[in-house]
Amino acid sequence: MRIRLEKRLTPSRFMQIATPIASVLLTMALGAIIFQLLGFDGPRAIFETFITPIAASYKWQDVATKAAPLIIIALGLSLGNQAKIWNIGAEGQYIIGALAGAGVAFALPDAQGFWVIPLMIAAGIVGGMAWAAIPAFLKTRYRVSEVLSTLMLVYVALQVLNYLVSGPWKDPKGHNFPQTPPFTQAQLLPHAIAGTAIPPGLVVGILLTLVFWVLTTRSVYGFSVRTVGAAPNAARYGGFDASRTVWSTLMISGGMAGLAGILEASSQLGQINLGFPSGYGFTAIIVSFLGRLHPVGVFLAALILAVTYVGGQVAQTVVHVPNATAGIFQAMMLFFILASDILVRYRVRILRDVPRPAPAEAVA
Amino acid sequence: MNVEVPLRLKLVGVSKSFPGVRANDNVNLSVKPGEIHALLGENGAGKSTLVKMIYGILAPDEGEIVFDGSPVRISNPRAARRLGIGMVFQHFSLFEAMTVLENIALGLDSRLSSRELLAEFNRVLEAYQLKLDPRRVVSTLSVGERQRIEIVRALLLKPQLLIMDEPTSVLTPQEVEQLFETLRKLAASGCSILYISHKLHEIVALCDTATILRGGKVVAHCDPKRETSRSMAEMMIGANLKEIAKPMSRGFGPPKLSAQGLTMPKPSEFGVALKDVALNVRAGEIFGVAGVAGNGQNELMSAMSGETTAPTPEAITLADRQVGRLGVTERRTLGLCAVPEERNGHAAVGEFSLTDNGALTGRDRMEMVRFGLIDPGKATNYAAEVIGAYSVKATGPGALAGSLSGGNLQKFIMGREILQQPEALVVCQPTWGVDAGAAAAIHQAIVDLAARGSAVMIISQDLDELLTLCDTLAVINLGRLSAPMKVGEVSIEEIGLLMGGVHGDPAATVEMTEALHAHPA
Repeated sequence: MRIRLEKRLTPSRFMQIATPIASVLLTMALGAIIFQLLGFDGPRAIFETFITPIAASYKWQDVATKAAPLIIIALGLSLGNQAKIWNIGAEGQYIIGALAGAGVAFALPDAQGFWVIPLMIAAGIVGGMAWAAIPAFLKTRYRVSEVLSTLMLVYVALQVLNYLVSGPWKDPKGHNFPQTPPFTQAQLLPHAIAGTAIPPGLVVGILLTLVFWVLTTRSVYGFSVRTVGAAPNAARYGGFDASRTVWSTLMISGGMAGLAGILEASSQLGQINLGFPSGYGFTAIIVSFLGRLHPVGVFLAALILAVTYVGGQVAQTVVHVPNATAGIFQAMMLFFILASDILVRYRVRILRDVPRPAPAEAVA
Repeated sequence: MNVEVPLRLKLVGVSKSFPGVRANDNVNLSVKPGEIHALLGENGAGKSTLVKMIYGILAPDEGEIVFDGSPVRISNPRAARRLGIGMVFQHFSLFEAMTVLENIALGLDSRLSSRELLAEFNRVLEAYQLKLDPRRVVSTLSVGERQRIEIVRALLLKPQLLIMDEPTSVLTPQEVEQLFETLRKLAASGCSILYISHKLHEIVALCDTATILRGGKVVAHCDPKRETSRSMAEMMIGANLKEIAKPMSRGFGPPKLSAQGLTMPKPSEFGVALKDVALNVRAGEIFGVAGVAGNGQNELMSAMSGETTAPTPEAITLADRQVGRLGVTERRTLGLCAVPEERNGHAAVGEFSLTDNGALTGRDRMEMVRFGLIDPGKATNYAAEVIGAYSVKATGPGALAGSLSGGNLQKFIMGREILQQPEALVVCQPTWGVDAGAAAAIHQAIVDLAARGSAVMIISQDLDELLTLCDTLAVINLGRLSAPMKVGEVSIEEIGLLMGGVHGDPAATVEMTEALHAHPA
């Protein structure tokens, strides 16, 4: 018996939807086995990680809080990924966006009025864009791989954060902790619905999902991005400029990451401290692929990843699994989704062996 | 002579299937020692699959291969070479930056010292009276010389059977004649040759027998000397060949597409610079650009279509507008449409539907866009219209471009441009790798477009195609375009000499040498 991969004439739509679901299920199954072998209660760890956040209504707000930045960042990344422009540095753009917005807040400590928050948000978007502009320039001008430049700039952004919160922006009343002063009331975003803890970022995320849905499936711009990713020569022939696509996708994904950063800082934390970078920028890469680069898929995938964040904490307290649990599950999901991608374009055939004539050497 | 001399090669009931297609179906074939045997068929008829099985690249699903009287199983090309089977591929595998001899040494199975190799090399050159300098760097050689390297590489193994896959598609008429001389000598020395081509007059001139494939099956064995090109073509396509209806002695309108002093730098290290190109295509005229591959055809195509913009606006004019500085979309909106050579990945996106491929170039002229959004209904309708008007065999507008056969995709691409009713159309290799039926349809569409008053420019390496279709012809060589010549008043020898200009023109040779020194390998 032999196993053979055969190319499909058209990519399988069934597999496009089935493989992300299968990836999550496989992650759960394999995760249970691994944790069991490590001496934990494996099935329980999986239950607490994946089911409790969904089953227990008091966890839903936590899930929404974690999902919001993932949705926003991953929507931007998916656009770039469609053009095969790989922004690995959303985490850095997220940090710089938050810092830029906070910078506006600290520059206007006594400002009151409705315009303060929009100004901070605009600064956050511009900050993320500016950080992504560096790799865009390097790629279009010197053909530097954006994979390397965006990733390396994450570590620069961490140093900038480090410097600002332990130096110029350190809270004088903060007992020497590396953190900024708290934002004033005028600088804080209210909850989306009064009386609940539903984050404003979730509302923004839902609206942006709809915008990106139209953008990617219907607009000339979305078409140009897909064409550049699928066949750069055909894109040039069709009148789409590759450099412009590099710039625009990096500006959009950087701006979205910056937006997520300032929303997080001004609604969840109310200040910026050394613990601000929480890996959303990296997790959003997984969200983008698990969601098959489709805005609606991204939205659902962000919810799943948010569940693992929240559930990972539950499992830590209940089953005493280590801190890295959520990260391990997320990595397994990415592994499975990338590996199963081949099933979309290929079909697995199991062949029975056919008796073959003897090799040339023996007969000739 | 002994009647018991075994056949050099015999295929008995050989079959091979790929997903969705039976590429070879119960093929029987016999090649005698010293015979030049043509394997004839349209694209997709299964010629390549068949020779790949003989050369050990593919394994047959069923059937038997008998070589020199013994049944064999050829598991890889190395085993094929050990048996004495050599192959010269259509696309060469040569390292541009290395010398002739280094390239040959790299392709050998056995390790020879460079002195032994040089002795062997010279022996082959002498035996077949081939000319090739072992110390030249490959990037300085013409295509014909490069092919000679591949032939010498195969001959060094003293083959009993040499497979030649479409060897003349890149050669000038003079180079073709030289190649045929070599092949005749080789056959006279007892080596059998399996010659794959769809150029019928070559087969008449060269081959002793022919096997014709259609749809993976052998449809006929014949003696090319007793057939006409036309009768063999009809066996190939299995139907009567349609004549192209071309209105003769037409008048032409005012100039529609012109280039003046068009000079463009090399796009990349291995590209070709365009030098002072001038041309003028009138309304209703079909203007051909002949030339050997790699002499600036792609660069000329890009410059005309707007994929690369010219340095000055007046370098290219469309009707009365100077468009040299305009990009693809603007030129297209003004009525200049184009079809580049490469279908998959340039003229069309294989993983996109035909609808999306229609929108790729048709979105503006066919008014599919409103407020930055593509109207999916209009895009689908346009793709359906092209499919209907040009009898494209596809499951519908939703079919992926990559799932279409070469000929059908080319019909779709040509139709997509022609239905936009361009003022001027520039096409590169319109029927390259396309079956005869589709080629005839495409040729007719081009002639009809010109008859409606558009200016048409065809860049092609297929001289027969250009002589059939064009009113005027110019030859491109090393990025320079010759003066236009009227078709019918120019001989094929003259065109051939212009095509091979590198070797005849001392100025061009000097220039080539200078260019090479500017680029140290």
